[in-house]
Amino acid sequence: MGVLARAEPTALDQLWLEHGGDATFTPARATQTGLVMVRGRAGGTGQRFNVGEMTVTRAAMTAATGHVGLAYVRGRDKRHAEMAARFDALLQDPQQRPNLLAKVIEPLAAAQARRRQQVETKAATTRVEFFTVARGE
Amino acid sequence: MYVAVKGGERAIEAAHEWLAEARRGDPAVPELSVEQIEQQLQLACDRVMGEGSCYDRELAALAIKQARGDLVEAAFLLRAYRTTLERFGYSTPVDTGAMVVKRRVSATYKDLPGGQVLGPTFDYAHRILDFKLLAEGAPATDATEAETDEVSPAMPRVSDILDDEGLIQTEAPDALDASVGDLTREPLLFPCGRDLRLQNLARGDEGFLLGLGYASQRGFGVTHPFVGELRMGEVTVELVPEELGFAIELGEIELTECQMVNQFKGTAKEPPQFTRGYGLVFGHAERRAMAMALVDRALRAAELGEEVGAPSQDAEFVLSHSDSVQATGFVEHLKLPHHVDFQGELEIIRRLREEHAQATRVGRDTAA
Repeated sequence: MGVLARAEPTALDQLWLEHGGDATFTPARATQTGLVMVRGRAGGTGQRFNVGEMTVTRAAMTAATGHVGLAYVRGRDKRHAEMAARFDALLQDPQQRPNLLAKVIEPLAAAQARRRQQVETKAATTRVEFFTVARGE
Repeated sequence: MYVAVKGGERAIEAAHEWLAEARRGDPAVPELSVEQIEQQLQLACDRVMGEGSCYDRELAALAIKQARGDLVEAAFLLRAYRTTLERFGYSTPVDTGAMVVKRRVSATYKDLPGGQVLGPTFDYAHRILDFKLLAEGAPATDATEAETDEVSPAMPRVSDILDDEGLIQTEAPDALDASVGDLTREPLLFPCGRDLRLQNLARGDEGFLLGLGYASQRGFGVTHPFVGELRMGEVTVELVPEELGFAIELGEIELTECQMVNQFKGTAKEPPQFTRGYGLVFGHAERRAMAMALVDRALRAAELGEEVGAPSQDAEFVLSHSDSVQATGFVEHLKLPHHVDFQGELEIIRRLREEHAQATRVGRDTAA
């Protein structure tokens, strides 16, 4: 679900065209944008506290097979949440799961890992060695 | 006291029309899109998300456009918007140790696991106006696509390194069933725990926090801090939806975290060790995270048995006045019509002046 939540909405649309098939869905509940309060810990490891809220959109879609897919995604893009929920429903179907994992989830996860790698590589170019200049002696 | 007024609808309408015109500026100049603000004025968006206490860059950019660049007004708009949304729940605490780090520096250790990573920083810039940016059609800078196969090293928090040696006060997690205070649900009452203090500071006015932090450094409060670590990057947010019962990832948000390290002489029970001040804020906002960490530490004076005297150590003073939305509401309401109120004051002053005049007359007469 994390991979679907993190995916670019346009990429999900495209993948749906390719692998979603002609499955019909009905919303299990109205797609809705709301808030999640983000928590942190004092000092990174200590007492919990509320940092502030973030917008989140959730969707629940029922497939013709009866599987209910669920999605909670950052931001306010309802279509993104619904697409993620559809895939989540299909992924619960043992017959479709292996194919979808290979054709949808793995490529998305790989793209996300590449993006992360790019950030890390860029950060690495600004890694610096500070020298202490000792006086005397 | 403020008494409601009626009237002036046409004038208000005309004023708002003029406001829209002023917002647009010279029609010969291309209009700024929300997307441009989101992409090219990122730090302004981050401040609005922080003080609006709502992470949504696009909405922050929209608020900035609507507010004509007035960031406090924009934070107000975002704070108002969030009240229209339902709360889905609380995230599990974010793990800043697992952050995808874009920037990470330590002023206390030269060599540390993971190294010092400058990231996109103003530090070490010459602070000279760059007239190339003024020239129209300046070419976009090429994004450097650095290619390395180097595996990114782990970047443990500096405070965890000190913690291993027992040199710094431990930040132990609270009990799982302990309640976490939430300012959006309950009013601020004193004395209040560190959870509420940190939430208040995380959304506090940057200027106010900066001033207090600066004052504490200059001697109004006893802090002699080091930046143990400042890191900025992306962390994953997880939620446990009720209908699922297990944690799912919602996506990434950008955060800035500051760990201030301060001296502590120790008590009869505790040996001397370093203590901490903590800052964690939305987006890339270093000044804000550092100021928050300074003020957090100053507010811990009482619990650490230090003398409390400076404004930055006074929780009621700091936390009651840190919120830019509240502060601007109360200060700016003064310009709304107070006609009835002022009439009352006028009458009092006239009566007092009459009494004063009478008393001086009587005094003169007696003297004569």
